[in-house]
Amino acid sequence: MTTMSPVADDSARLAQFEARVAADESIEPKDWMPERYRSQLIRMMSQHAHSEVVGMLPEGNWITRAPSLRRKMILLAKVQDEGGHGLYIYCGTETLGVDRQELVQQLLDGKAKYSSIFNYPTLSWADMGAIGWLVDGAAIVNQTMLAKASYGPYARAMVRICKEENFHKRQGYEIMATLARGTPAQKAMAQESLNRWWWPSLMMFGPHDKDSSNSDELMKWGIKRKSNDELRQRFVNLTIAQVKAIDLTVPDPALRYDEATGNWITGPIDWDEFWRVVKGNGPCNRERIEARRRAHEDGAWVRAAAIAHAEKQQRNNRETTERQQ
Amino acid sequence: MNTPLFEALLRLGDDRLVLGHRTSEWCGHAPILEEDIALANIALDHIGQANLLLGYAGTVEGAGRDQDALAYFRDAVEYRNALLCELPKGDFGVTIVRHFLHGVFSVLQWEALSQSTDPTIAGIAAKALKESKYHVRHCGEWVIRLGDGTDESHARAQAAVDQLWPYTGELFMQPADEASLVSAGVSADVSALEGAWRAQVSDVLRRATLTAPEGVWMQRGGREGRHTEHLGHMLAEMQIVARSHPGAQW
Ligand SMILES: [Fe+2]
Ligand SMILES: [Fe+2]
Repeated sequence: MTTMSPVADDSARLAQFEARVAADESIEPKDWMPERYRSQLIRMMSQHAHSEVVGMLPEGNWITRAPSLRRKMILLAKVQDEGGHGLYIYCGTETLGVDRQELVQQLLDGKAKYSSIFNYPTLSWADMGAIGWLVDGAAIVNQTMLAKASYGPYARAMVRICKEENFHKRQGYEIMATLARGTPAQKAMAQESLNRWWWPSLMMFGPHDKDSSNSDELMKWGIKRKSNDELRQRFVNLTIAQVKAIDLTVPDPALRYDEATGNWITGPIDWDEFWRVVKGNGPCNRERIEARRRAHEDGAWVRAAAIAHAEKQQRNNRETTERQQ
Repeated sequence: MNTPLFEALLRLGDDRLVLGHRTSEWCGHAPILEEDIALANIALDHIGQANLLLGYAGTVEGAGRDQDALAYFRDAVEYRNALLCELPKGDFGVTIVRHFLHGVFSVLQWEALSQSTDPTIAGIAAKALKESKYHVRHCGEWVIRLGDGTDESHARAQAAVDQLWPYTGELFMQPADEASLVSAGVSADVSALEGAWRAQVSDVLRRATLTAPEGVWMQRGGREGRHTEHLGHMLAEMQIVARSHPGAQW
């Protein structure tokens, strides 16, 4: 009887794994996977979960000031959905053998990333429109692709989440459209907000393909199916028509339509700003992490109480069973 | 002069709006993600109830005011919520204990009002009853966890009970102008709900190893528009955008 060396064994499994990915088979938690695939997925999925949770803050900032009861309810429901997405994706990440506690700790320690877009402040009610429309809109473009990701639990989470994101985008666009056809002050509020959110939302797709360190590997393993630039272009093409429909303008004098490709070509993105925010020097990086830390610390006694109570219950149940025996 | 029905609807609606708003302040900041979601849900239910109740109040008034005009363009002295609802959200213990105390009251009130001879009120109450039952179950379980959990959580939960208790009496003070509505079966006599409330609350407090204060003075005034100083600040925040753009659509 011959045994394969571990190296040969692994390379055979790797070949088999890559063949499955190439054949668009879904990889499930119990399947063998390369460690690097696992760690890339943990990184990506936990960043995604953190983004959902940190993303509750900028919009949460306006729930108490929403200008009508209907808007207040829609916004509250939307932000609640984002919390649900976070929870759902954390659970999906746990299928890869990490626990949520550990991931949350990485966020609180400032070691984990989340979408940089949430490091921008929300300064007017119109920002609730701009975020839903542009930020959730960009997320949909990204997540529609991720719904075809090779890792089953992630792909399935994306399918479910995308349905809600469509509602988020619709309510955001509706806020903007209502403002744009409202009073002059409302229209100005909408335009000012679009001016602030336009470029950061384009940056959400990440650096140009040539500058994106993880892209090749993620594409090879079918975690990503399209490049950053392809997705960004798709988003721009979709969005420009929507901007025009509500009679606003994007803050880009260089924007032009390319007849040959049918694409809207934007002016240059300020990548210095992008990296500045990624590296922690955006307008709200400190506030966002600080808010998460405070919630976590202020909640410590509550979590401790829940654990202590559950333990007492268990002990009581055990004693009752023992007495009955 | 406001009609008794309009006033009664404001009392019902304002309780839910103010309490829902206070709860919405937690969004993004709760002790665990699951509770963030649950509190948002509770806030949403309350604001949804307020939306229906104030909408109906506007119809009853017949002066062209809708729910938003009532929510965003009345000052604190025109609000009719019980003082209990407007106190700052406090820590998680205060939030949970308040929702429990008010929730048990709400369930009893919705049960009675779901039999109202006014079909609109009966309809709203039937829907709200299901929601409030869930709030009581959820918050009641937390009251027990916090009371029974650790020394710290016990102390905090007891402090919440002590702080909030003087504001519970007002819930059961039947406003004089509602007498005709009560006898017509439109409105429910809240003073008749106190016994059942006390029994249910005591049961949970006992299981939580918490005690209700005895013989404390019960604060009152919210139903007549005499509020704590907290409400004005809450409304200033809530109404700022709407009032900055009078007549605007959102
Ligand atoms: Fe989301
Ligand atoms: Fe969303």
